[in-house]
Amino acid sequence: MNRSKSAYIRPLDIKNGRVEINHGGGGRASAQLIETLFVAAFDNEYLRQGNDGVILPLPPAGGRLVMSTDGHVVSPLFFPGGDIGSLAVHGTINDVAMMGAKPLWLSASFILEEGLPLADLQCIVASMAQASKTAGVPVVCGDTKVVERGKADGLYIATTGVGYVAEGVAPSGDSACAGDVILLSGTIGDHGMAVMSKRENMEFESTIKSDSASLHSMVADMLATGAKIHVLRDPTRGGLATTLNEIAKQSGVGMVIDEASIPINPTVAAACEFLGFDPLHVANEGKLVAICPAADAEKLLTAIRSHPIGIHAAQIGEVIKDDSCFVQMKTSLGGRRMVDWLTGDQLPRIC
Amino acid sequence: MKYIDEFRDGVLAENLANSISIESRSDRIYRLMEFCGGHTHALSRYGLLSMLPENVQMIHGPGCPVCVLPIGRIDLAIRLALEHDVILCSYGDCLRVPASDHLSLLKAKAQGADIRMVYSALDAINVATQHTDRDVVFLAIGFETTTPPTASIIMQANDAGLRNFSVLCNHVLTLPAMEAILTQPGGVPLQGLVGPAHVSTVIGSQPYQAITTRFHMPIVISGFEPLDLLQSILMLLRQVNEGRADVENEFTRAVTSAGNRKAQAMVDEVFELRDSFEWRGLGSLPLSGLKIRAAYSTFDAERRYPNLSYISVQDNKACECGAILRGEKKPQECNIFGTVCTPENPVGSCMVSAEGACAAHYTYGRHLSA
Repeated sequence: MNRSKSAYIRPLDIKNGRVEINHGGGGRASAQLIETLFVAAFDNEYLRQGNDGVILPLPPAGGRLVMSTDGHVVSPLFFPGGDIGSLAVHGTINDVAMMGAKPLWLSASFILEEGLPLADLQCIVASMAQASKTAGVPVVCGDTKVVERGKADGLYIATTGVGYVAEGVAPSGDSACAGDVILLSGTIGDHGMAVMSKRENMEFESTIKSDSASLHSMVADMLATGAKIHVLRDPTRGGLATTLNEIAKQSGVGMVIDEASIPINPTVAAACEFLGFDPLHVANEGKLVAICPAADAEKLLTAIRSHPIGIHAAQIGEVIKDDSCFVQMKTSLGGRRMVDWLTGDQLPRIC
Repeated sequence: MKYIDEFRDGVLAENLANSISIESRSDRIYRLMEFCGGHTHALSRYGLLSMLPENVQMIHGPGCPVCVLPIGRIDLAIRLALEHDVILCSYGDCLRVPASDHLSLLKAKAQGADIRMVYSALDAINVATQHTDRDVVFLAIGFETTTPPTASIIMQANDAGLRNFSVLCNHVLTLPAMEAILTQPGGVPLQGLVGPAHVSTVIGSQPYQAITTRFHMPIVISGFEPLDLLQSILMLLRQVNEGRADVENEFTRAVTSAGNRKAQAMVDEVFELRDSFEWRGLGSLPLSGLKIRAAYSTFDAERRYPNLSYISVQDNKACECGAILRGEKKPQECNIFGTVCTPENPVGSCMVSAEGACAAHYTYGRHLSA
């Protein structure tokens, strides 16, 4: 008699197992890893099709597509307030949102290092799936590769986001005009100092948490006010200082900001003081800068402050005519100084 | 931030700025040198220069440890890392200082040298403990502030019998540099000196007496906070106006007359004076640097790696770091400032460290000279 064996396949040992080279080989081991860890967590109608790519609908008439991509290499992989997984979702959603768009889909590409504990990978994927679910932006396609031990640092995640932007909405870094005002959605430096507090050789006890969060619903609320938004940008690497300088250069304008008006969490200020960092240069992952005509500022500020992660929003300065494109700051002390781009890399692998 | 915000109060700052303005006589120019790079940085960062009357001019001094390190000393560190295959531990500020052959420690790292940025001297010891199969060298730089920690780790390494650890010592002394500034032919005439904060916590206020007496030069030791600086500038103006030349201590909350005797004893235990040390901008100054005593010679990289002899290297001809460190020129008077020489691509060391006069002016003060 011919009795076929039951289709039992030994499940992945997530508790004790580690990523092995054959998990990236494209064979059954790859398929098992993808099925067990990724598809299960990200489950949606597009992924379930199991194809190499995904077919997506076009935007409604008049709308346009926005696309943005971001690689994530943060170290350590887990930090207070988030991890590389949630960061990979928030980072790309925010890049799409800063175009004034509604983010709709993400792709995710994982470069795994041989030896990464599967339990860590599962945690990261779960956190990523949770962030994607909360944001309402599904991961619709992905890829997994494995490199030999020592050739990566745990894992890297590249995500790409696609969204729609409505007709007439076009915030852009080159659109700041003299007379505009500068709005900031909350405290600065939280992400950078949260990561820093867990860095090898730098560890310090603190209650600082990363501000990593999706900003697209805040952007939607802002657009819904009908206010004119000339520029939207999230001050990530290089901090607020670098973002303002980028915009000043792109728009060919100067800026004057007021130090006393810039919100900062006191523990972040203290940690920066202790370590000799200028909080203006420290990275954020859940804040936005909006530049708009002065007449629209109040409307936008109210919208931002009504959002759960925008309660500390403030008007921090104004755009002026300046061919040198300098960003200047009135210091709390009453002096005036320039605010420059970040030089070098204050904190490598912050996102 | 308690105990910090109090020293950054805008109202008090305005009052002090007014007092300075009243104290400054319009028929006089007050050229005051802040010796220390930390003060240079604070003056720029808090926008204090914009609060001073035009005739009160701050001249940046040579007290930036990274800036005064000559190319030849960085070359030694690079050679250790590239030719002797050591793990070289350095403070982050040194990594971008341009050296010979278009190299810097950062560029040597990209070429494969094992160069690690540490935040404290103690981290270097930890690296040595973790890598017993490799030689680890700590690139020690700085004035009297950073010398005691270096002395401490050498004593610790000695106690622990650590055999794979040594120090490339570049520690320098404040007073010989002050003296050099005040005796330099063609130097800018100064009416007063803002004395260093952290250095003075170690050496105390007493040693400056020799300078005030010899040069009839008012000195006010100042803390690093903006109100400290404004108060010290006011105290200097009063001394100048009254024709006095005293050592005054504004930073009384941290500086005593005798300084930190324990730290001084540790330094004395481990280090002795070098006959001469080359400074960028000031040239070779006798008895201005420290070397490791014979009793601790196993921890002296210069003795451990015998073919590591120091070769003096000329600065880039277009670079005015020398004149800027002597207070003779302002950063913006250098032809390559902000064009060929920027913080991203520094030609001279003053553009590297946040305490460097060029970097401070580039980062915080360009709008004043635009």
